[in-house]
Amino acid sequence: MMKFIKNIWQALSTPSKAGVGIVLALGFAGGVIFWGGFNTALSLTNTEEFCIGCHEMNDNVYEEYKETIHYANRSGVRATCPDCHVPKDWTHKIIRKIAASKEVWGMLTGIIDTREKFVEHRKSMAMREWKRMKDNDSRECRNCHNFEYMDFSEQGSRSVKMHSSALASGEKTCIDCHKGIAHQLPDMKGVPGWH
Amino acid sequence: MKKLITALMLLSMTAGVMALPDDVKANNGGVESLRGSAELDVTRRADPHKRVLKDRAPIERNYVHQPPVVPHQIRGYRVDLNSNKCLSCHGWKYARETGATKISPTHFETRDGMTLSDVSPRRYFCLQCHVPQVDGRPLIENQFKAVDSLTQQ
Repeated sequence: MMKFIKNIWQALSTPSKAGVGIVLALGFAGGVIFWGGFNTALSLTNTEEFCIGCHEMNDNVYEEYKETIHYANRSGVRATCPDCHVPKDWTHKIIRKIAASKEVWGMLTGIIDTREKFVEHRKSMAMREWKRMKDNDSRECRNCHNFEYMDFSEQGSRSVKMHSSALASGEKTCIDCHKGIAHQLPDMKGVPGWH
Repeated sequence: MKKLITALMLLSMTAGVMALPDDVKANNGGVESLRGSAELDVTRRADPHKRVLKDRAPIERNYVHQPPVVPHQIRGYRVDLNSNKCLSCHGWKYARETGATKISPTHFETRDGMTLSDVSPRRYFCLQCHVPQVDGRPLIENQFKAVDSLTQQ
């Protein structure tokens, strides 16, 4: 009996060269499949269809977004939900995705499952998103709207006035002025810049 | 017999109407509108959308007490119970910073002349009086001129 255990131990502790190779190959293949699958699943959750798969998004924010310029415009270039609400680079994306798991819990418990509940929660949800954008200097806006390449001669005089002063100096960021451009606004009482 | 006559009369009347040529049935009697004439059985092609003028200098008024028109685009600017985008620039708090025209003090008055500390509810909905302009031409030529006192030299 003792000998048998010793033999097994010996076989395990001194693996053959081929064994090492097989383990490595399997590990590599497994890693590729896992990593590929993980990223595929992640990018599947980063689509407009996925976002409006829940009626909370489809019936409220998506309906409102459909009237705005980020949904339909002359050239057909669009910014869909994840373009604004999920960071592009990997680290920030994962952080946002983990934070978003709270939204799954919200969906399961039905925190905004009626229009009334949604409207009631709109301000706290909007303020959270405004804070996120303010804190990261409107990073998701800037993925497309790059200040370096803004042609002031093509902008309206009102835009030039603001962009060449407050935005250029970094005193303000996109979201400070451009709130409610893709969704309706909550009660704006007490929000800076609003009446 | 009576029934038969009624039936015959009805039949002849319907047949008479049906036998009318199409152009008589759809005749609009020669009525023309400023936007041209259209027969009743024809759907006139809609005019192309007119473009709202992009940022311009304030547009002169044509008569005393005319609400000034909006010389810029206002797409997506909501004015409702929750927010009023116009006041984010034209409100007294922000007008200096943004360079926009301040709303007049009359907007703080109730209809019986009492001055409130904020915009009066009856003057809150800006677009009831102040409207943006498109690049349209007048449908008929006219020689209207603003009163002399409002014309800038």
